[in-house]
Amino acid sequence: MTDQSDKILNRDLINLANQPYKYGFRTNIEGDTIEKGLTEEVIRIISKKKNEPEFLLNFRLRAYKKWKKIRCPEWAQLNFPEINFQDIIYYSAPKQLEKLNNINEVDPELLNVFEKLGIPLTEQKRLTNVAVDAVFDSVSVVTTFQKELEQYGVLFCPISEAIQKYPELIKKYLGTVVSIGDNYFAALNSAVFTDGSFCYIPKNTKCPLELSTYFRINEQKSGQFERTLIIAEENSQVSYLEGCTAPKYDENQLHAAIVEIIALENATIKYSTVQNWYSGNKKGKGGVYNFVTKRGLCAGNNSKISWTQVETGSGITWKYPSCLLVGNDSQGEFYSVSLTNNYQQTDTGSKMIHIGKNTKSRIVSKGISTGNSKNTYRGFVNVNNKALGARNYSQCDSLLIGNSSNANTFPYIFVQNSTAKVEHEASASTIDEEQIFYLLQRCFCVEKAIATIINGFCSEVYEKLPAEFSMEADFLLSLKLEGSIG
Amino acid sequence: MNLKNPVLEIRNLRASINKTEILKDLNLKIHKGEVHAIMGPNGSGKSTFSKVIAGHPAYKILSGDIIFNGESILKLEPEERAYLGIFLAFQYPIEIPGVTNLNFLEQAYSSKLKATNNEDIDSFKILEYISRKAKSINMSETFLYRNLNEGFSGGEKKRNEILQMVVLDPEVAILDETDSGLDIDALQTISKGINTFMTDKKAIILITHYQRLLDYIKPTFVHVMRNGKIIKTGDFSLAQELELKGYEWIKES
Repeated sequence: MTDQSDKILNRDLINLANQPYKYGFRTNIEGDTIEKGLTEEVIRIISKKKNEPEFLLNFRLRAYKKWKKIRCPEWAQLNFPEINFQDIIYYSAPKQLEKLNNINEVDPELLNVFEKLGIPLTEQKRLTNVAVDAVFDSVSVVTTFQKELEQYGVLFCPISEAIQKYPELIKKYLGTVVSIGDNYFAALNSAVFTDGSFCYIPKNTKCPLELSTYFRINEQKSGQFERTLIIAEENSQVSYLEGCTAPKYDENQLHAAIVEIIALENATIKYSTVQNWYSGNKKGKGGVYNFVTKRGLCAGNNSKISWTQVETGSGITWKYPSCLLVGNDSQGEFYSVSLTNNYQQTDTGSKMIHIGKNTKSRIVSKGISTGNSKNTYRGFVNVNNKALGARNYSQCDSLLIGNSSNANTFPYIFVQNSTAKVEHEASASTIDEEQIFYLLQRCFCVEKAIATIINGFCSEVYEKLPAEFSMEADFLLSLKLEGSIG
Repeated sequence: MNLKNPVLEIRNLRASINKTEILKDLNLKIHKGEVHAIMGPNGSGKSTFSKVIAGHPAYKILSGDIIFNGESILKLEPEERAYLGIFLAFQYPIEIPGVTNLNFLEQAYSSKLKATNNEDIDSFKILEYISRKAKSINMSETFLYRNLNEGFSGGEKKRNEILQMVVLDPEVAILDETDSGLDIDALQTISKGINTFMTDKKAIILITHYQRLLDYIKPTFVHVMRNGKIIKTGDFSLAQELELKGYEWIKES
């Protein structure tokens, strides 16, 4: 590229990704917040506040013991100062939230928060085809359409409510996909998780609505440790979406979540994420530390789990949505768009563990890095010796914008039988100035030209998002890019 | 002689890329209703000429001027030139993976309307307009749903350029070797498209190596370009002469 042609990229691109974070407001809501710090006592307090059965308290305490023995993982391509776990608040709930039977009892201020975020919850305004569970700091505020879903036998509620109402299901499934000592952050979550969503789809049922959880961190010092558990019984289907935002703070907030999903015979679960936690300012100050363990178990034959994620936020992201393909002919999918700007760091990818016969998996990862950010794909494909006829296809494409960003791809492939077919394709590219010139010649402005090229780059993943949200993802990405390119 | 003001005038234009001077004192006046064919040996600067008019940032203007409807456009960005009504059909159309042709055409057309008339049209009307234009040049609808130039054959890419031209409806269209690599049928289709587009309110610059295209699209003038300038201008008979004798016999005047 010549200096002249660099200009075209630099001209407006510089302004392109630095669009202010519009969800950065903080809400003053009187809270029930415990002292910061993590001790066994704190765990007992959390468990007591939630009026939990004893098995759960024991679950937490066992996890806490494990956690103290494990060390924070250092293998990821991420640089961050040591996290002071004693400086974090492990429970923060908006007051007045005892038990909500009626949306009218919810603090209107809270409803306003979600409305501002584009998630109206009141009956008049709520989305008609999506049931939403809204989680504010440590607790779930409201869940829409619960009654309607119950008619189908679909259980959709905050996990704390499920613990009270359906302890048998919780006992049976919690911690079965991600064990309490699975990894450092999973152990932490298992010890201190506060809320999250629970979904149960009964046999032979296609969930009639999209299910969605919306997470919001509000309190400056609080961590968010949510836990989601989805169970799809035989011949059932569900599509689930999570979204998240946080206010802008100069300090880093910790988010360490676990998502466990279980698909029984012939069941299909589609899990989509649009992650837009606060990513820090232009100089990399602040931003959410997002350490998440997401794992799906294709327990039954012919079951299917599909992860789709659009990751644009967080200062640091560490997550590898995975599939354990145990049932014969089961399928796992992972579609990801990950965009990093400024000083964001992302180490993300997927793990596909083939155990059953004729299991199939597919990984499509699109990384876009701009500014001074670091964007790493890390994937693990493991074909067990019993997984005869297993197939995997992985494709990792990186798009680099500007000359200070960084993209890495680390595919690990481990095959233990000779009948498996495993393919991995990877590419790294920059936005071609000839593509931009072509679009400019066709009346596109620079921002539009770049957004169009990037949307094209991500189109394969967008197609996998539920229709209601693919527009949002599109929009989110172009918002993020505004001002970012230089 | 045409006494009216030219729609496009190139005055003493010198331009370089990577410090190599390609255009050396180029002069050309184009009026509405005219078709100018530019011929010349490889490396004579024909493609550079087209890109410089469209405002490609890789080229540096050393001196001279480009006047469009009486105003210099040297300082304008490529998209601003496009809004004014300058269109370049690329010699090598660019592939944009994952973006459908229709989406691209819709955005291009609505951007132009927005920039020129500050007008918003609903997308249904735009779709109707684009399908009509595609039909007018015998392009099937399936074209619209494929990704922009991705996996297109050479001929399809060139036809797609003509579709973009008729959708954007520019005042001046520069067609850079739109005929190369086409079979006779495709050449006829494209020529038909160009002839339908051409009126006395438009002007066309055809950059070509072959007289073949000029059998279908009658040029008002034929220019021979060599070493960055126009060394001879004539009418259609000049193209016929070139076909017989090549370029060597023409000496720089």
